[in-house]
Amino acid sequence: MANRPLPKLDAVNRDFWTGGEQGELRIYHCGDCGTWVHPPRPVCRNCLSENVAPEAVPGTATVDTFTINHQPFMRDMEVPFVIARVALDGAPGVFLTTNIVNCPVEDVNIGDKVKVTFLQEEDVWLPLFEKIGEDA
Amino acid sequence: MADSEAYITGIGQSEVGVRLTRHPLLLTVDAVKEALDDAGLTIDQIDGVSTYPGRMPIFLGFSPIGADELIDALGIKPTWYAGGGEISSQLGAVVEAVGAIKQGLARHIICFRTVYEAAALSRPEEFPPMRRDRVDGGQQWTAPFNAISAANWIGQFAMRHFRKYGMTREQLAQIALTDTANSAKNPRALVREPLTMDKYMSSRMISEPFCLYDCDRFTDASTVLIVSAGDALGEVKTTPVRVAASAGTVERYSWDQAEWVAAYPTGRDLWKNTDYTAEDVDVAQLYDGFSFNAVTWLEGLGFCKVGEAGDFLEGGKRIALDGELPVNTGGGQLGGGRLHGFGFAHEAVVQLRGEGGERQVANDPKVAVATSGGGPLATALLLAKD
Ligand SMILES: [Zn+2]
Repeated sequence: MANRPLPKLDAVNRDFWTGGEQGELRIYHCGDCGTWVHPPRPVCRNCLSENVAPEAVPGTATVDTFTINHQPFMRDMEVPFVIARVALDGAPGVFLTTNIVNCPVEDVNIGDKVKVTFLQEEDVWLPLFEKIGEDA
Repeated sequence: MADSEAYITGIGQSEVGVRLTRHPLLLTVDAVKEALDDAGLTIDQIDGVSTYPGRMPIFLGFSPIGADELIDALGIKPTWYAGGGEISSQLGAVVEAVGAIKQGLARHIICFRTVYEAAALSRPEEFPPMRRDRVDGGQQWTAPFNAISAANWIGQFAMRHFRKYGMTREQLAQIALTDTANSAKNPRALVREPLTMDKYMSSRMISEPFCLYDCDRFTDASTVLIVSAGDALGEVKTTPVRVAASAGTVERYSWDQAEWVAAYPTGRDLWKNTDYTAEDVDVAQLYDGFSFNAVTWLEGLGFCKVGEAGDFLEGGKRIALDGELPVNTGGGQLGGGRLHGFGFAHEAVVQLRGEGGERQVANDPKVAVATSGGGPLATALLLAKD
């Protein structure tokens, strides 16, 4: 899937998009109340504390839902592929939109256990996920 | 009729088509003229303008005409105007107007939505597209994963509904089948040929579980609603339709953080400030940019329980023109065209006035609901003929 739109890096999102260089999936975490804050912001959405900072999470997740995209919405888009929303382990309440890769699209299901694998594109490390287990 | 209430007193619509060559400002003027003639008002009686999302120079086809441009083009002298994307979806522009009317800030407000994506995309030399650059804002969390289309996002909610409650593609198809059965009877609609189940089931997939016919397509058109003050009804010639209640909410704006779509809290809230209930609704215009959006409105507004829309839709009889809850009588967006929310309120007024012609529902409908929004933003309007 060449030609992906890439995020514009800034002060707040840089850790999320570059943590993959060190093999880390980094999510903002509130040091006061423990809330995981995503999308990353310099304030906690639960207690309004400014004591928030990126922290590495385990990188495993569960497929919450997904779709198989068949339509080439952009030039050079190779289809079909899976777009999924995954619930991150270790960061309650945080979901990521991602792709489930390295398996046939029809093998993906809600409830599948997945783990992160990073795809570098320019200065960005995209967190993609691959299956490590079936729906329990 | 209470002086403090707000009423829809005029409706208008331009030609509805794909890749039209008439300039989007002229389409807007066509719709304004029709609405003024309908209401029996003149332009110098208009003192307010409201639109969604306002001027968006970065993507000309999505919102080619802003409130400022229309005001200037028509020589309107507004005492109040508004246009913005950060409101509760398209029909939020009507909610804003109702609020302005109730505060006495204006007497007759033109609410409009002009769309020109089909034309603009086909003629980039006239309507230069958005410059391709890195993405920021909410898009950065989805676009890098090639989740480009809203079909990818709403499709995921639909997939979860399918797996959790067992809705089938045949049940979902009833939205598109009903829409096109109705649009075939609407002289202005984009689609004039009713869809068949075979054609639906054999069409190509876009983003599972959505096939081609679950997705609306770019349309060029302008739709206008005039919202008037109760104490100004003596100036209009039409049967006024009262805005009996409204609601608008936002879910987590980051789509992937939202538990559900905003249709659910919006549908629940609509009934808080009115004595009407879902059982009083005679005709429902449910936003269907994707067929599944209409499913979330059916459940969100309480026409059936959460998870039971599949059964409700089974066979399509309940939502047909002669069913217990006629839905999307003008064709919705899948049949009528992607009028981007405003078509639903327009059609609700047509039905309440009994002006639907071949597609008019029987038994003199008194109460209608019109909705817009399908993701993080949603608006519902309850319209009543007193
Ligand atoms: Zn906190």
